Amino acid sequence: MTKLFNDKMQFWGYRRPDGRVGVRNHVLILPTITCATQTAQRVTELVSGTVTFIHQHGCAQVGVDYDQTFRTYAGMGMNPNVYGVIVLGLGCETHQAHSVADEIAKCGKPVQTVSIQDNGGTLQTIAEVAKIAVKMVQDASMVQRELCDFSELIVGTECGGSDACSGISANPAVGRTSDLIVEQGGTAILAETTELIGAEHLLANRAANDQVAKKAYAVIKMMENRSIQMGVDIRTGNPSPGNIRGGISSLEEKSLGAATKSGTTRLEEVIDYAQVPTKKGLVWMDTPGHDIEQLTGMVAGGAQVVLFTSGRGTPTGSPIVPVIKISTNTPMFERMNENMDLDAGTIVDGKETVAEVGKRIMQEIQDVSNGKLTKAEILKQHDFGIWRIGPTF
Amino acid sequence: MSTYKTLYLSEKDSVAVALNEIPENTTVIVKVEDVEISVKVLEPISFGHKFAVKAIEQGADIIKYGEVIGAAVVAIQAGQHVHVHNLEGKRGRGDKIV
Repeated sequence: MTKLFNDKMQFWGYRRPDGRVGVRNHVLILPTITCATQTAQRVTELVSGTVTFIHQHGCAQVGVDYDQTFRTYAGMGMNPNVYGVIVLGLGCETHQAHSVADEIAKCGKPVQTVSIQDNGGTLQTIAEVAKIAVKMVQDASMVQRELCDFSELIVGTECGGSDACSGISANPAVGRTSDLIVEQGGTAILAETTELIGAEHLLANRAANDQVAKKAYAVIKMMENRSIQMGVDIRTGNPSPGNIRGGISSLEEKSLGAATKSGTTRLEEVIDYAQVPTKKGLVWMDTPGHDIEQLTGMVAGGAQVVLFTSGRGTPTGSPIVPVIKISTNTPMFERMNENMDLDAGTIVDGKETVAEVGKRIMQEIQDVSNGKLTKAEILKQHDFGIWRIGPTF
Repeated sequence: MSTYKTLYLSEKDSVAVALNEIPENTTVIVKVEDVEISVKVLEPISFGHKFAVKAIEQGADIIKYGEVIGAAVVAIQAGQHVHVHNLEGKRGRGDKIV
């Protein structure tokens, strides 16, 4: 393969005890149960340098659904953008704080567990978590950034609020960036299985081996069967009303545009939701098309940076990972400038090529990895949502 | 000759995308590599929306990116707007299972 980018690219990152490298240095207050999320939120208001997320899970979950939620919590804590974690439980929940903390502790980073019931209520728990957090934030602040190769990056890719430009401007540009990441020896995650329905043959043809190709078809079939079993046309929910107003007529059309984010390299593996890739290169994570659930899966899978293209515009961000948002058209980039980081609408206007924008995105990844804040970080857009695969009991 | 911008992605395609608002009864030229087709656009087409570049029979596949994006619910003439009113998806159709 011809080199698209001759220089070896590097960034200044935070080396963690397990060898992985972060581009941020957060202390995460991780509530394993919905009942603890408000308390966690209060602590982040008191202690600078801490982040958390609101959710409604962690109790009365069983089987594979329990496992997927557990994997997501643990993955959030283990993400290398997190220096240390305070796992906060209520005490009686299914997803026990100490189990999640034990899993995170395996990667060697500082982890502490606090329970609201053991601390005698909300107020004493806030004080206890805040005291631990103060020390952890100060310890985190002493970690020096060091020079790291792009091969240590896992970059998630995503499109949300697509329009008819997504498949011709921002998504192909992200595909080019994906090729550049792979060329640097890094990992690019393609996801949103729903939005690959109708384009799976193109990806299966690029699979590293038969097993990967078979899994690509298998995850598509499972996703498509979920809608078929409900007896509905998937178009009643995807493409969304905004996609349709933007000119997208069917899920297949949306998928063919979404698939261009994968670039041209070999598909190395298909991994489960919130699973850490085992291979470098292009990997496909099985997630739904839902923006926040997909984002959360990739972040829990260890992505340090996420690229997010949008035609309609979106505020999406993560509590622990910078999300670089790329507009597919210039009018939206101008209209929602406080939410968007880069404009790929220049491709539609004929002012830049896909390759030029792909390179520009690569440079933005370098800047953001070195510490440049994204719009979503500045606006404290701390989205989190787990792809639930079973009922709550 | 019009100055309206369009995007015609593959010579296999039965539709092209408007990159401007195109008024009705405008003749536009769509191009991909050596292929050029002159189409009289019969209805106003919004930015990002599609129009047929050739006649599409009822039930026939509709092609964009050189791939199937759905099927024609009714016969579609060259120059007509192609969208959810005359194109149906073929995938994820739980409503079609008896």
